[in-house]
Amino acid sequence: MMKVLMQWLNPFYWLDDIVPARWRGMYTLFKKELMRFWRVAFQTIASPILTALLYLLIFSHVLEAHVKVYDQVSYTAFLVPGLMMMSLLQNAFANSSSSLIQSKVMGNIVFLLLTPLNTLEFFCAFLAASMIRGLMVGLSIYLVALCFVDVPTVHPWWIITFAVLGSALLGTFGIIAGIWADKFDQMAAFQNFVIMPLTFLSGVFYSIHSLPPFWQAVSQLNPFFYMIDGFRYGFFGQGDVSPWLSLSVVATFMLALAWGCLKMIKSGYKLRG
Amino acid sequence: MWQPQLSTEVGFRFFKHSERFPVVAAVDIQGITKKFGQFEALRGVDLQIAQGEFFALLGPNGAGKSTLINLIAGLLRPSSGSIRIMGHDVQSDYQQARMALGVVPQELVFDPFFNVREMLRFQAGYFGRGPENDAWVDEVIEGLGLTDKAHSNMRKLSGGMKRRALIAQALAHKPDVIVLDEPTAGVDVELRQMLWRFIQKLNQQGHTIILTTHYLEEAETLCERVAMMKSGKIVALDTTRALLKNHAGKQLTLRLSGALPIDLQAWVKQQQGDEVVLNVTDLWQVETVLARLRAAQVSVLDMQLQEMDLEDVFMNLVGSHGGSVR
Ligand SMILES: Nc1ncnc2c1ncn2[C@@H]1O[C@H](COP(=O)(O)OP(=O)(O)OP(=O)(O)O)[C@@H](O)[C@H]1O
Ligand SMILES: [Mg+2]
Repeated sequence: MMKVLMQWLNPFYWLDDIVPARWRGMYTLFKKELMRFWRVAFQTIASPILTALLYLLIFSHVLEAHVKVYDQVSYTAFLVPGLMMMSLLQNAFANSSSSLIQSKVMGNIVFLLLTPLNTLEFFCAFLAASMIRGLMVGLSIYLVALCFVDVPTVHPWWIITFAVLGSALLGTFGIIAGIWADKFDQMAAFQNFVIMPLTFLSGVFYSIHSLPPFWQAVSQLNPFFYMIDGFRYGFFGQGDVSPWLSLSVVATFMLALAWGCLKMIKSGYKLRG
Repeated sequence: MWQPQLSTEVGFRFFKHSERFPVVAAVDIQGITKKFGQFEALRGVDLQIAQGEFFALLGPNGAGKSTLINLIAGLLRPSSGSIRIMGHDVQSDYQQARMALGVVPQELVFDPFFNVREMLRFQAGYFGRGPENDAWVDEVIEGLGLTDKAHSNMRKLSGGMKRRALIAQALAHKPDVIVLDEPTAGVDVELRQMLWRFIQKLNQQGHTIILTTHYLEEAETLCERVAMMKSGKIVALDTTRALLKNHAGKQLTLRLSGALPIDLQAWVKQQQGDEVVLNVTDLWQVETVLARLRAAQVSVLDMQLQEMDLEDVFMNLVGSHGGSVR
């Protein structure tokens, strides 16, 4: 009984039979990537949710009374979209990058390199799995946060747009980093010296209007700032810059990165000697 | 010892194939060189392997066998030259070429996240095969003795079992051309027999088999044709039978009461203490040897006549003292 129910809830149970042969290669890689993180969901989904909630608890407890960013928005509510976006970005990145670096170090990347999968299929499969992990983490944080605090959703489409774009951007970033890095410590360096600072300095915990003018200008050079600001605009209907500006910056960045990533895969860089 | 049976149908099968696909080689290698930095791992390899062949690539460590296989598989790109699989160029027409190809890598690699059956289904899926292929996957699992381990995580398999899974993965999409890079390294006798039985069956169904091995008796009993490589070049390429006939002959081991007469020195292969090994191509030469010994008044204390096998041919051709390109 339980088993039948589980089977029905499993999307692959339905998809496996109906995917056309032309799409099957990409679909299989996507499915494998999805199962890879789902098997260890405690580590890949539950633990980032817990981390985000700890941030929420601590920061809101300490700063709630002192910081007011927008009128009518409590600091705790202000914090929720930022934390959602931060976790979403980090997990989208972690998924593709760790899968690729592990396959390279273990050597099982050859199983993929021997297949007729083309550049676009390779890219899309890794990207889609990363996006799903990022979006799952982001959405879960939102649902759990709702238990503690009221978070409005003024423009749901902006929320969805920035969540999708953000996860795609970092998923792509992860593919690039995964292909580039030869060792785990190179990957860790990439994560700690590039991804982490860019997310933390993008206005997760504050509005950049609270910064001195110089640092405001610097923040505006950080593409991550636009993802978080646009995302937050979707929730509160107000942000530091126009959501259209954020959209154009993020979309441009995404296109450039995807182009670079496709080039990289196609060239066989670090994958085929 | 178990002896694999060479198929008697080889000629017929080959004929049928060539009717259907006029003269498309299973693997066609043209003027391949491969440099790693300054080092030239392959120095001009040309090789054609026909559809339905059972072919062995032999050579000492570092000869360039795996490099050649990785080039065939598209894992490496050649410095010059081209390779076609079933008529498809591995660079420009890589999708068709890879569809036709199944490769068992030499290194024991595996994906620690999944069990054997999942891995095989994924692998078939990458090649566009869906649930309709599951019966074949089960056949491979059974044929390689993996039934008990089908639901075991790859990480928990023993080395030999991992090797089986690795072989199974290459077969998952039922490729026309199957390349096995040392499939029997670290594998017990039972699997070797099981593996060769399974591979022979595939060969009889028309699949082309290319293997490398350091167990030369395997190549001798299984393969119709062998190539011997040394330092990035093919130094011998012929049917197994012709190689044995042309290079092997016989060797005569003698223990003598005195020194070997001068007129027999040219036949010496090696000399150890009072034991001499002579190369003879035919039986009548044994007569000559004995006559000359009698004339020199040297008596024979012990004598042994041996047929040489592929291993001796191999040592003659690629051993540290051999190596003349024929
Ligand atoms: N990626 C690489 N970079 C540099 N040199 C390499 C690389 N791969 C192989 N070589 C060199 O090329 C030569 C051929 O190696 P290869 O692995 O093809 O030998 P092999 O015939 O398969 O030997 P074995 O029987 O030990 O498997 C060796 O000298 C090896 O050191
Ligand atoms: Mg090798």
